[in-house]
Amino acid sequence: MFWQQLLNGLTLGSSYALIALGYTMVYGIIQLINFTHGEIYMFGAFVGLFLVTVLGANLFVAILGAMLFCMVLGMLVERVAYRPLRGKSSRLSALISAIGVSIFLSTLMALLAKTNPRRYPEVISSQTFHLGSIEVSSLQVLILFLSAALMVGLQLVVQKTRVGKAMRACSQDLDASHLMGINVNRIISLTFAAGSALAAAGGVMVGIYYNAVWPYMGTMAGLKAFCAAVLGGIGSIPGAMVGGLTLGVMEILGVAYLSSSYKDAIAFAVLILVLIIRPQGIMGQKIVKKV
Amino acid sequence: MDGLISQYIDPYYLRILMLIGINIIAALGLNLITGVTGQLSMGHAGFMSLGAYASAILSMQLQVPYPLALLAGGLVAALFGLLIGIPTLRLQGDYLAMVTIGFAEIIRVFFLNFGPGGKAVGLAGIPQHTTFSTVWLLVIAVVLLNALLLNSRSGRALYAIREDEIAAEACGLHATRYKVLAFVLGAFLGGLAGALFAHYNYYIDPNIGSFMKSIEVLNMVVLGGMGSIPGTILGAALLTVLPEMLRVVAEYRLLFYGALLVILMIFRPNGLLGDVRIYDIKKRLGKHPERKEVAGC
Repeated sequence: MFWQQLLNGLTLGSSYALIALGYTMVYGIIQLINFTHGEIYMFGAFVGLFLVTVLGANLFVAILGAMLFCMVLGMLVERVAYRPLRGKSSRLSALISAIGVSIFLSTLMALLAKTNPRRYPEVISSQTFHLGSIEVSSLQVLILFLSAALMVGLQLVVQKTRVGKAMRACSQDLDASHLMGINVNRIISLTFAAGSALAAAGGVMVGIYYNAVWPYMGTMAGLKAFCAAVLGGIGSIPGAMVGGLTLGVMEILGVAYLSSSYKDAIAFAVLILVLIIRPQGIMGQKIVKKV
Repeated sequence: MDGLISQYIDPYYLRILMLIGINIIAALGLNLITGVTGQLSMGHAGFMSLGAYASAILSMQLQVPYPLALLAGGLVAALFGLLIGIPTLRLQGDYLAMVTIGFAEIIRVFFLNFGPGGKAVGLAGIPQHTTFSTVWLLVIAVVLLNALLLNSRSGRALYAIREDEIAAEACGLHATRYKVLAFVLGAFLGGLAGALFAHYNYYIDPNIGSFMKSIEVLNMVVLGGMGSIPGTILGAALLTVLPEMLRVVAEYRLLFYGALLVILMIFRPNGLLGDVRIYDIKKRLGKHPERKEVAGC
């Protein structure tokens, strides 16, 4: 029973981790809580659904298509709503602008697709494997492997490529990176693209796993993934992965052993506890006051 | 007085006027926290629903008199403000925003499962004690007290913390203490507004504390002008009336609303009346001829 719940928790947690990565990368570079991120994830789920139902694409094409679409969408949002504010006004204004975009996108989707939840058709033949007493569905295997592959891919890009090096430099010091000849705006744009692509992949997989896609799915998922990012240590990429998995496991175990009616409260209780006890999170660095 | 008013004013307009008053009180509370002190709180609706439920349960089940129930609603919210304010306001940065979002969500989930509060169905049959005159007398009182506070030594300390917390501390201000003060007072006003609403609307449910409601109150402060009392009043009035006027295009309302926020932040990040204070307006009106002369030179 415990191991079964652990597995379910890891499956849920890997989707939180995929979304949390986008939050943490953007926060690491421009210290902005990107409130649009949950909506990008929702758009990813819808684009995947559109590709599967209308164009008859298979699962991998759908995920790839959703990732590409959301990359463009994420860069567009950054260009329209965040860049004009950068450097000129306070972080509060940028945050409010982000909330504005988030409201805009979820309403737009509600107008386009109506508010009732939609279902994914069967895109993957459902099989169940038995590992001792644990039941593993083929979908869970797919989600776990695909998320792992995406996270390893991201880690390779960030650690091994020139762009990744530039991203790391920007997250240490934006102004100094600019002086070193890094095109900061381009790097920020690419960071949004990478985070959005991961969120889109998460959106399609969650849409299939829970068999429901609706325009307001992004708000709660976004807030929880954000809790995961804080739990892992905001700004830290491995932290977001660890935080996402931990939060998913805690939520599922909490539902299994405590009470299902408080499911949505668990993530936020964890958030508040983390901020009180260890505000830098599991793997984050302590923020030093600078004058 | 209320009899006269309800005779001459159409019930629909009366309702809007009442809601404007209640929203002004809530928004002035958030203005103290976010506009004046610069601490982003995104869970104001959590305090409103605490105030609403506390006062409603007190007056329905314990037959507590109305003024005491209102006060209790505010005090319960203030107590919770103190509880979450003390640990989080020590930290700088966006932590308060995160904690307040989390707090408001926990409150909402709590009331969804809270037996005496009717769980998801909510509470119906709350005595309708809130009248036009109670709301607007309280609005006047809150505006006056706010203006007094902001012109006092403490008020200036709050503005100083918003402008530069480290510099303010270097000048000898105990920043955490002032931030907690602003947060608790703001939470109290949020709770009071919730209590007024509960005793006006006859019915409350856990969704009055939703994230969207918190964002709505935040928008009132931001649209009108952060840190400005006239601005907050204007913002609260506009954002209460505007949705009613846009009812014809109800579906597109939020689309417009979201776009408005982005455009406003790009072109007027301090809001319509950012940092305009009541005495600034007086000064400006009084010195109008002089300004022409200056322009002449």
